[in-house]
Amino acid sequence: MSVLIKDFFIDFQRCIGCTACQAACSECHTHPGKPMIHVDRSDLGHTPQTTPMVCMHCKNPTCAQSCPTDAIKMDENGIVHSSLKPKCIACSNCELSCPFGIPIVDQKIQQMQKCDMCFDRTSEGLRPMCVTVCPSQALFYGTREEIAALRPESHPVNVWKFGEQRVETRVHVMLPHGINEMVVDPMGLDEAQSIADMAMRMKAPGTDVSPKVFEGGLPMSDQAEFL
Amino acid sequence: MAESLDSKELFDRYGPHVNDTPSGGWEGRTPDKLVKTHCCFCGMQCGIQLAVKDNKVIGFEPWEEFPFNEGRLCPKGVKRYMQTHHPDRILHPLIRENGKFREASWDEALDLVVTKIRAIQKAGGKDAFGMMSGVSLSNEKSYLVGKFARLAIGTANLDYNGRFCMVSAGTGNKKVFGIDRAANSWADIPKADVILIAGSNVSECFPTLTDYIWRARDRGAKLIVVDPRVTPMGRTADIQVSLRPGTDSALNQALLHELIRNGWVDLDFVSKRCSGWEELKASVAECTPEWAAKICGLDPELIRRVAAVWGPAKKSFLLHARGVEQHTKGTENVMSLINLVLATGRIGREGCGYATITGQGNGQGGREHGHKCDQLPGNRDIENPEHRAHICKVWGIRDEELPHKGKSAVEMFEAADRGEIRGLINICCNPIVSHPDHNFLKSCMEKLDFLCVIDFFLSETARFADVVLPGSLHEEEEGTVTSAEGRVIRIREAVSPPANARRDTWILLELAKRLGAAERFTYSSSEEIFNELRRASRGGTADYSGITYKRIEDEMGVFWPCPEEGHPGTPRLFEDHKSKHADGLFHLHTTPYRLSAESVDADYPLLLTTGRSVFHYLSGTQTRRIKYLVDQAPYPVCEMHPKLAQKMGFADKQLVTVETRRGRMTAPLFVTESIREDTLFIPYHWAGRQAANQLTLKALDPMSKMPEFKVAACRARAATKDEAALLREDVKGLRVVAGDA
Repeated sequence: MSVLIKDFFIDFQRCIGCTACQAACSECHTHPGKPMIHVDRSDLGHTPQTTPMVCMHCKNPTCAQSCPTDAIKMDENGIVHSSLKPKCIACSNCELSCPFGIPIVDQKIQQMQKCDMCFDRTSEGLRPMCVTVCPSQALFYGTREEIAALRPESHPVNVWKFGEQRVETRVHVMLPHGINEMVVDPMGLDEAQSIADMAMRMKAPGTDVSPKVFEGGLPMSDQAEFL
Repeated sequence: MAESLDSKELFDRYGPHVNDTPSGGWEGRTPDKLVKTHCCFCGMQCGIQLAVKDNKVIGFEPWEEFPFNEGRLCPKGVKRYMQTHHPDRILHPLIRENGKFREASWDEALDLVVTKIRAIQKAGGKDAFGMMSGVSLSNEKSYLVGKFARLAIGTANLDYNGRFCMVSAGTGNKKVFGIDRAANSWADIPKADVILIAGSNVSECFPTLTDYIWRARDRGAKLIVVDPRVTPMGRTADIQVSLRPGTDSALNQALLHELIRNGWVDLDFVSKRCSGWEELKASVAECTPEWAAKICGLDPELIRRVAAVWGPAKKSFLLHARGVEQHTKGTENVMSLINLVLATGRIGREGCGYATITGQGNGQGGREHGHKCDQLPGNRDIENPEHRAHICKVWGIRDEELPHKGKSAVEMFEAADRGEIRGLINICCNPIVSHPDHNFLKSCMEKLDFLCVIDFFLSETARFADVVLPGSLHEEEEGTVTSAEGRVIRIREAVSPPANARRDTWILLELAKRLGAAERFTYSSSEEIFNELRRASRGGTADYSGITYKRIEDEMGVFWPCPEEGHPGTPRLFEDHKSKHADGLFHLHTTPYRLSAESVDADYPLLLTTGRSVFHYLSGTQTRRIKYLVDQAPYPVCEMHPKLAQKMGFADKQLVTVETRRGRMTAPLFVTESIREDTLFIPYHWAGRQAANQLTLKALDPMSKMPEFKVAACRARAATKDEAALLREDVKGLRVVAGDA
């Protein structure tokens, strides 16, 4: 008897950038020492906002569509899995095509590895590891009804527009009421509605952070650049 | 005269190295058992299960049933298991000889410590030998240290690292409430309508508490954050108040002024339940928002907005931490905040609360049972004859055998500097990193005739030691701790200490025996120590007498005070609207604004403030050895606002040297809009040339004896080539090792 796999929600405004999710993900026996969730700093220097990203588990996954060997499969629960090892040729098409930048091809093992929403845990009725440890519950696992009741100030959205491409995902992001889709237009960034930018706009009114942008952002991993 | 031992061989053996491999490797990590215990870092004391195989901690599993955190953890908690069998662990007692450490037997090392204690005391008197401790120790060990220092060593000079942490909060709480504990459990936070956080980077220092705050906000609660920096929590706040460091009491006086002016005061509560209201009211008559705005570097309208949100609320929760406490006026800052709580009468009810968020693992329990220079178990006063009589009875001694009040931490090192204290035992504390004014402390350490350090890693302080005794980690001994909300919980011996390392309790009992005090230290288990602690605490404000190991296990923790076994424990204090003072009143105190020890001037025109990173704990002895954490925060960076950087001609990531009257340090610049334009911030977890405490000053709060870590006058300039080269050398020195100790 299979356990119902519930939904996954990302609530960007709650993220505190602690990376407990990354740390815990990297404990998994299938990819030890290597996290499948990534916490990005949106605009370091301008804001402490950070954004956790898991695989969004698209209903019509671009990674699978772009795979020349049909190595990427979605299961009956709507979970998109790592590439099938015997078929995968590590060509990186998936890595290049994914609009969310999720798949990672490990050339050492000649396989694409990605977040499967902790299928080993969720299939046994547990929550994904990142959700379980997330101290601010920026990551949530449950039903749409549960999160709507818990967080009435925002609502779950799972429709994305990347230029001409419309993507519907199994994973939801929490947005202010009135915003029903995420529009990401990589060609016109002055109209930027990137994920980070969207999250920043969710800031409650009255904060004293100046909205001006200055040069000098870098991802956390680049800190050692002065060496 | 003992200098720090810094040879390459010593670093090769004892690190700090960074570990990135679980004990036994990544493959086949199937545990024999999961041990339900708590994280060793910070006052949240999150429940966690340690995965154990063959007497080795090989990983972790969330503990979702533990009610405080329900499985939630921060990255320190997740990767904490990497410390247990770390290759840097000290495995044998070490004795300094000819400028080196050599391994020694326990008998030789312990006898040497005892010989030195007695020789120093014979020459300089009992108090010439002191002890420094820390509150990452369990309640049992904290209690034992208090008894050991007084009865086995026989010194008055025992103090602890809470003096570098939250002691101003304890002092303020005792003065106003007559009790030193969070007034509420965290369960009241989600029920509040307004939450005011003053001087706490909750998101980095207490990550698992953020969910409680969000649950209130999901219900529509407003959040006000007062901090010179926009922290990840402040980023989303309804009102972020980026005040100038060292001006909290001015802001809070103006807020009280506004509460009074607008009639947002519970007059019934302040007249019937409090003392000192009229004096307090008169003291803020002139403290307008305009007056405070100039001092605090704020817009007066912002202060009015804060008052307008806080004032009329029905339910509220006020939280503060080190940001307001680590000042020469820390106690006043704390009391000025409590005044905002008591003026509105919003305490002792559901959703109405107040708390300091204690920082260290056992920062709450460790400060209650005789660890402090002026304190006896049950949070008793060492100078109160009745309190002394009770403890003398429990300990079976005469009053003249019990020392009186000793020196506080910084005063103890000042006495060492003057040659009055000649020897020291240091356990669970790394003052060479955590004490302000590093260069001063270094010279104190060098002046000591004898230093014994009990630690699990060779901390930077241990490098000054004559004898190093290898002790135990949190996961290597049974016991209890008390979390920041006042919940007494069980910690577990998941594994035994490695090789020839020993449980801290065993070390203290062996020393006591050799000091001729065996008959007063006849414990066969941690539980026996706890049961004596219960008796000793009976009738004190911190009364544990009704708490048993069994109850803690059955009830997932018990909140003190708990005066008898049938008592349910006390998650919420003051439900009867009475303080713990004899008169039952809340004692209001005026907090007239005064300057910090240092102000900016032409030579040192900028303010410096220090604090924590989410990736490190205290002096970094543990977290600087875990690769995941080091990768995220490998060294301190100096935060500076872009406008200041532009004015000074600095670029992001440029190496700068920050100087104060006491020292200087070089760090890469992190140009960020999240900090005030007149203030620099550097986290303090690193040692040597990377220690922020080279810059801080040891000026003390006269009431709490807490040093001023949060305000120093400084200046910045581009680093010289030589300084940059030294920094690169230090950072490149981080080395990865694999395999167990």
